[in-house]
Amino acid sequence: MGIAEIKTEKVEGWNRPPVITPDGEGDLLEVAMGPHHPSTHGVFRMDVALDGERVIRLKPVFGYLHRNHEKIAEGAAYLASMPYTDRLDYFCSLTNNWAYALAVEKLAGQAVPERAEYIRVILAELTRVQNHASSIGFLIQEMGASGTPLMYAFREREKILDLFESLTGSRMMCNYMRFGGCRVDVSVAWLDATRKVVAGLPQFVDEFEALLSTNEILMARCQAVGVLRPELAVNAGVSGPMLRASGVNYDIRKVDHYGVYDRFNFRVPLGDHGDIYDRYMVRVLEMRESIRILEQALKDIPAGPIMDPKAKIRGFRPKAGEAYGRIEAPKGELGFYLISDGGPNPYRYRVRPPSLINLTILEDMCLGQNVADVVLIFGSVDIVLGEVDR
Amino acid sequence: MKTIEEIKAAIEAGVPGAEVEIVLNSGPSAQHSLRLTPSSTVAVATFLRDDSELAFDFLSNVTGVDWPDKEIAEKVKVTREVIKTVEGVEKKVQETVEETRKRTEPGYLEAVYHLYSVERKHGPLVIRMRTGNRSDQVDLPSLTPVWRAAEFQEREVFDLYGIVFKGHPDLRRLLMWEGFKDYPMRKDYAEPDDYEYEPTAHDEVLQRAQEHRAAGAAQRARD
Repeated sequence: MGIAEIKTEKVEGWNRPPVITPDGEGDLLEVAMGPHHPSTHGVFRMDVALDGERVIRLKPVFGYLHRNHEKIAEGAAYLASMPYTDRLDYFCSLTNNWAYALAVEKLAGQAVPERAEYIRVILAELTRVQNHASSIGFLIQEMGASGTPLMYAFREREKILDLFESLTGSRMMCNYMRFGGCRVDVSVAWLDATRKVVAGLPQFVDEFEALLSTNEILMARCQAVGVLRPELAVNAGVSGPMLRASGVNYDIRKVDHYGVYDRFNFRVPLGDHGDIYDRYMVRVLEMRESIRILEQALKDIPAGPIMDPKAKIRGFRPKAGEAYGRIEAPKGELGFYLISDGGPNPYRYRVRPPSLINLTILEDMCLGQNVADVVLIFGSVDIVLGEVDR
Repeated sequence: MKTIEEIKAAIEAGVPGAEVEIVLNSGPSAQHSLRLTPSSTVAVATFLRDDSELAFDFLSNVTGVDWPDKEIAEKVKVTREVIKTVEGVEKKVQETVEETRKRTEPGYLEAVYHLYSVERKHGPLVIRMRTGNRSDQVDLPSLTPVWRAAEFQEREVFDLYGIVFKGHPDLRRLLMWEGFKDYPMRKDYAEPDDYEYEPTAHDEVLQRAQEHRAAGAAQRARD
């Protein structure tokens, strides 16, 4: 179905994308950007209607990577879905693990020992640093700086992935968290290696910023492009750095106080304009805050068990009920909604994917902009298709 | 945040004629929910968003749940008159017998919404709606006009569960392709037998898949 054939029903009062009228005469040009396009981070399509270079209409098309993750998880035991959550957002498997473990712990009423909470914070913040660094790298890559910033980001990411590998056995598919704790304990040597990596991170962010933040081309391409108003961002359920770049102070680490985040001293960076540049800047500043959290967590990590001794691994059957657990993943609010009927499998298993919901306002941000900016605006949302299509 | 009873009272005071029912959650998470009647849902949702104390301006999660028809077997004690021969004389005797009766509880589809407040930093409030049944009364009002966040998520629920959201501006399948016929997340969805030949199980392909599966089950039973 072509984009011109999609008719929007007339509905009163909804927060609809603005209607752009083409100037001049002649037909609109319909372009399918994707599914195989270097800028789409995977298989994803945008059907764009163009008037010259201006975007008049844009409809995203999903589902190329759909494998019905939720159905598969409903047919498997609770723990059996843990490795599968790694494959949602394959850049941030550890935060996916944490979100799922948190939801199940809420469902079953389990407690997590202190040391395990600290390990979770350390791993989540390392994940955030490497995700933000590489997402900025990809964004700049799409701007035409082939490779260089991305390679700088990947150099740092490599060090963090090495840490993940030595702890969990896998670089990206970590499968590390368990309901009521973590799988293996961290060693003194691992903590020392992490301290060394974290000590080098501020220098990396400085270098990254010196390269990019005041770069003339980056500023020209990013400032006042793809502006997202805060009211629309909240109404459309946008979360994570996207929401905060629009100036909305909402960080789930601060709001929900999950884990041990209220013990650390960190700030929530906010943007002023809600354009691509603010999203870039918020991510850079969030990396700095993550490094602060990491330094505090690595200093204070207590000794003790890493699993709740009462936690049941085999024959795990939570009482009938439901729970929604969410965390601040690097891409936004990652939530899991679970309904238990008392059996070994979840009756209902739902992933609330930040990547998909942040794309709701993609059309609003792109309308009236040049087609070349669509690539940048899309890149600034920071998505992973494994999570969008599930 | 207010308790669920207070929220219910606030809704009933703020939206005249709204029917709200509290659904208690017996699990440890204690996230109770409110069941709304579809006819007043949009008014209640607008109230929840715009009320200055509740201010649920952030719709986090929308999802569907399938509750298929349930066959419930109950043991009922029935008293009836029986003619019995006692010591050669026919007598009418009252006798209590236990009988197993089966009744079918009709299934339904459910849409679940999780609300948070960015302004007041509280939540979650869970609201849910039920359809009439699973086949022909599957309409529910769309909340996309109230929260734009529901736009893609309601499309996904339509796609995977078959709930038709009335008043959604652009209700198309989201993840499955156009022309796909079934609703994969329903509990009674039958997977196609042969993905290579026909990715969507319907008509004769569905029939063949069911026959194939029954034959397999019989085979396993024989072994």
